[in-house]
Amino acid sequence: MSVIYLLISVSIVVAIVFFIAFITAVKKGQYDDDYTPSVRMLFDDELKTTKQKQIKTTPEKQV
Amino acid sequence: MDTSQSCFHCGLEIKQSDLIVFDSKNFCCKGCQTVYEIFSTNDLGCYYDFENSPGATPLDIEGKYDFLDNEKILEKLLEFHEDSIAVVSLTIPHIHCSSCIWILENLQRLESGIRTSMVNFNEKTVRITYNSEEVSLKKIVNLLSAIGYEPYISLENYETGVKNEDRSLTYKLGVAFFCFGNIMLLSFPEYFEANEFWIDQYKGFFRWLIFALALPTFFYSASGYYVSAYKSIRTGMLNIDIPIALGIVVMFVRSTVDIIMGHGQGFFDSLAGLIFFMLLGKMFQIKTYNFLSFERDFKSYFPIAVTKLNNGIEESVPIYDIIKGDRLLIRNQELIPVDGILLSAEATLDYSFVTGEANAIVKNSGDKVFAGGKQMGQLIEMQVLESVSQSYLTQLWSNDVFQKKVNQHFKTITDQISRYFTPILLLIAFAGFGYWIFFDVNTAFNVFTAVLIVACPCALALTAPFTFGNILRILGKKKMYLKNALVIEQLAKVDTLVFDKTGTITTTEKSTIDYRGTTLSIEQEQLIKNSLRASNHPLSRMLYAEMPEVDFLKMDSFEEFVGKGIEAHFQGNKIILGSPTFVGTVQSQTIAETSIHISINEVYLGKFVFKNAYREGVSELFKALSLKYQLHILSGDNDGEREFLEKLLPSNTNLIFNQKPEQKLTFIKNLQEQGKNVMMIGDGLNDAGALAQSNVGISISENVNVFSPACDAILDATEFQNISAFLKLSKKAIRTIKMSFALSLLYNVVGLSFAVTGNLLPLVAAIIMPLSTVTIVSFVTIMSTRYANKLKLK
Repeated sequence: MSVIYLLISVSIVVAIVFFIAFITAVKKGQYDDDYTPSVRMLFDDELKTTKQKQIKTTPEKQV
Repeated sequence: MDTSQSCFHCGLEIKQSDLIVFDSKNFCCKGCQTVYEIFSTNDLGCYYDFENSPGATPLDIEGKYDFLDNEKILEKLLEFHEDSIAVVSLTIPHIHCSSCIWILENLQRLESGIRTSMVNFNEKTVRITYNSEEVSLKKIVNLLSAIGYEPYISLENYETGVKNEDRSLTYKLGVAFFCFGNIMLLSFPEYFEANEFWIDQYKGFFRWLIFALALPTFFYSASGYYVSAYKSIRTGMLNIDIPIALGIVVMFVRSTVDIIMGHGQGFFDSLAGLIFFMLLGKMFQIKTYNFLSFERDFKSYFPIAVTKLNNGIEESVPIYDIIKGDRLLIRNQELIPVDGILLSAEATLDYSFVTGEANAIVKNSGDKVFAGGKQMGQLIEMQVLESVSQSYLTQLWSNDVFQKKVNQHFKTITDQISRYFTPILLLIAFAGFGYWIFFDVNTAFNVFTAVLIVACPCALALTAPFTFGNILRILGKKKMYLKNALVIEQLAKVDTLVFDKTGTITTTEKSTIDYRGTTLSIEQEQLIKNSLRASNHPLSRMLYAEMPEVDFLKMDSFEEFVGKGIEAHFQGNKIILGSPTFVGTVQSQTIAETSIHISINEVYLGKFVFKNAYREGVSELFKALSLKYQLHILSGDNDGEREFLEKLLPSNTNLIFNQKPEQKLTFIKNLQEQGKNVMMIGDGLNDAGALAQSNVGISISENVNVFSPACDAILDATEFQNISAFLKLSKKAIRTIKMSFALSLLYNVVGLSFAVTGNLLPLVAAIIMPLSTVTIVSFVTIMSTRYANKLKLK
């Protein structure tokens, strides 16, 4: 049953990894603004649709 | 529904005469149309897809931001500048919807020199990174203004550098939660199968792991409580943190001893849980309105730079560099930063945020002009008499109330309870110890520590944060923004209300115009309105807009006399409008009022008097308040409206006129010396002293994003009539807290009965603590929300 030492240790290590991830997220300021990112993530698609007017150019072949 | 009548860009109603149709869309003015053009030619038409008419009309800002070319000022504004990369954060009050975020984050498509831009919606700021070799800050600001997002740059920006946010509470909470969760999981085995062989074998491992996990919570997360307890002992005020810190420390020591001696697993899970819940309460109580500032002084009203005339050459100089004798140019809509003498022929100054007086004041050449006035109309020139720090307006800030951070020793309701709580708690602990010592020393120590552990006023300490946190949010939704939770307690204690008049119970948004004199015939009205049409004076424009529609008359001649009035001729009729002397009447010079006098064909007819309109519901509000509170009105104006106010307001309202800012402050101070708890409701800078002196200072604002002097709360003017309900709610909040105190004391009694009999097992503690917490939190939340519903505040 001494595998319990291993299992518990592994679970604690996993928990610590997530804990560190949380600390880094706070440090980077992810918790400072909780509204703008939620709006921003919806924008990408609109940007593409407006870029429709690109003119296709094929480079001239060099002989 | 006639949607075609509102502007596609800004959503304002379009006057039929101004309608512009462009690209089959309706616009209210050239400005809105231009912005639409900019967006559509740059493929940014999506701007209008997220929200309906999200824009603002761009204002004419030509030359306003010339000071951004000044290197010295520029360096103060930039957050970062190295080589060609520069970063700047700009506050833009207009940010209000997702379209705003979208357009401001796509600025690089309008100006290639901009690298990235990031919006912080809550703070209403945009952080722009740009290449300073390709584009200047002035160009960026002009671009923003051109698309209707004019940034707000004031003297305040001149001094602040990069802000450092305090995130320690978030870290502490994170640590506590991490430890709490793990400790609880590791504690379970022993709770359920205490005597099984398997558990017995591994319990050492479990216990020491729990101990290790408890260390960060005990030493880091809870550190605030030890500091606060220590401070409160030193000042002799027994606050709630003393029994909390005592409970935590005793819990930790007892649990450590238990583990070392092999007695049991200790109370570490309760310890971590307790700390976690209390930090959670703290977090909940902090509700900040990032886009508001409660600490504003004159700096946030003043521009950073002003145009100086140096031997005929215009030059932007920082405000602090202005000295006596300088000649300054003040453009339309610019603020006069210092006291001085007017050199130009005429200036129309709007002192609305100094005095709260809505109507512009006309000054003539040679008159003294005071700092804080905003020029309306053409460019003026003035000579400086005093430097910024010596001007009349800024001198108000040298008063004591602004100097020391007002640290009234205000005892919170929780602290009042804990003054009795701590001694009683210690008494019980020692009594239990004294009783058991005759039987068994070991049990005696157990009982002593158990009492301190179980009575740790966790639920008690959570009551106020969760109640106030909830109330804070409810009030925030009703556009009453409080500085912090303490304000609610102070609101509940208020017994005297002092209102400012102009701008507070009257609105600066609109004024009413009364006509006094001989009744005008339709022809006369027609003549007057047609004469007004040609004049650009603000009063003429206002009166023109108010008068009924008339037919257009062809004018023979028209002349505007600066500072006096206008003279117009129509088919032999001579119309003179303007000041009393200009029109040729001698009456009513004594009453200072804003008016336009009229004479037609040399016959004096009467005058139009401009009056501020009172807010809706003022009378009802005062009636409701007068039953419970002593009411005063302090006005900076003359007593011209005394009679009217006496009719409008309940008879026990005390009306005082002609009050200077310092007098207002002293008035509040006197009331306080009589033992009153005063709430001041004001708006302009002239109320700033009184707002700071009062127990609760509430600043009324037509636009909460822009102006408000230092205060405890900012109230949106549209919710003015709710003041009575807000006060009631604060009282209900205190009642909720009292009820919840009783409930949490009940839990303490149950816990204590376990403790004094020596039966407090870790499992019992582990059940009682979260249970009491959950009950208390849900109780106060439900109660305070119910009270808000009853007062129709939700």
